[in-house]
Amino acid sequence: MEVVVQITFGVIAVFILVAAAMVVSVRNVIHAALWLIACFFGVGALYMLLEAEFLAVVQVLIYVGAVSVLILFAIMLTRQITGEGVRQLTNRWPVVLAIATLLFATVLAPTLINQQWNVPPAPPLGTPEPIAGPAELGRGFVNEFLIQFQVVGVLLTVALIGAIVIAYEERARRRKVLTLAEELELKRLREQTSPTVPAPVEAEPVVQESRSASER
Amino acid sequence: MLANYAIVGIFLVAAISFPLIPLVLAFFLRPKRPTPLKTSTYECGLEAIGDVHVQFKVQYYLYALAFVIFDIEVIFLYPWAVAFQVVGLYGLIAATIFLLMLFAGLLYEWRKGALEWV
Repeated sequence: MEVVVQITFGVIAVFILVAAAMVVSVRNVIHAALWLIACFFGVGALYMLLEAEFLAVVQVLIYVGAVSVLILFAIMLTRQITGEGVRQLTNRWPVVLAIATLLFATVLAPTLINQQWNVPPAPPLGTPEPIAGPAELGRGFVNEFLIQFQVVGVLLTVALIGAIVIAYEERARRRKVLTLAEELELKRLREQTSPTVPAPVEAEPVVQESRSASER
Repeated sequence: MLANYAIVGIFLVAAISFPLIPLVLAFFLRPKRPTPLKTSTYECGLEAIGDVHVQFKVQYYLYALAFVIFDIEVIFLYPWAVAFQVVGLYGLIAATIFLLMLFAGLLYEWRKGALEWV
């Protein structure tokens, strides 16, 4: 049994490391985000292995569900970085690697030298320590942590309303967003009027709709 | 405890191999005669127009934010649902107050018109 757990841990750990390495090395930003999601899934599997099922569910719901959606939206809403071939590493990455290794070793070395490792004997298998599961949490939410529970409700509501206040535009004030056909038509007209000099706005077809700051 | 996951693991292997086997088989069995017409990019039978990587409208972001808020709400309701038998009516009232507060936020969003599509 112990061996199976060790092997499973090894497989998951390698998966997480490979996914993390892909996040920082692939050229397509969207692919990087997808690898990050894979990495989050791996961490969720690790929680499963530690028998922390609730944490695993939280990991999947919050990180795989919400955080990655926000990351993908941030990419989708940003102009011109969704294309391929965006170089992530700088040319001097060996220097950066050396500095990072040096700094990490500076922190790690004293710990390794000075620390006296008092590893407690592992508890025998089959008699796990009782840990607070979701049932215990739920009981706590409505008893001793009732105020905190309700404050979280207030906080979430405030976040929701605040998001609308900041991001929502009244219908009348919305900038007109061109359809794809209109955009192409505009591009074609521009090419006709100035065939020799490619207009710089061509790469950004919606640039003329940007609002002035006074409109806010 | 972990032994219970053995069956999950078996299911996982079965679930992954089930779609994978036909795909691999098809890859080796199918005839392979690509023509330029076959390999061309198309969209609903027509040639694709423009770039795929366009900038999306910022209105989408409101939906994402609302999703995140309610996603976190689920996290807090989940322990309560597990402990439902223990905490009883008192717990139900506490959770209802929690839910009503978030419902007020949703109502605000709705009345403001942020849920309407452009």
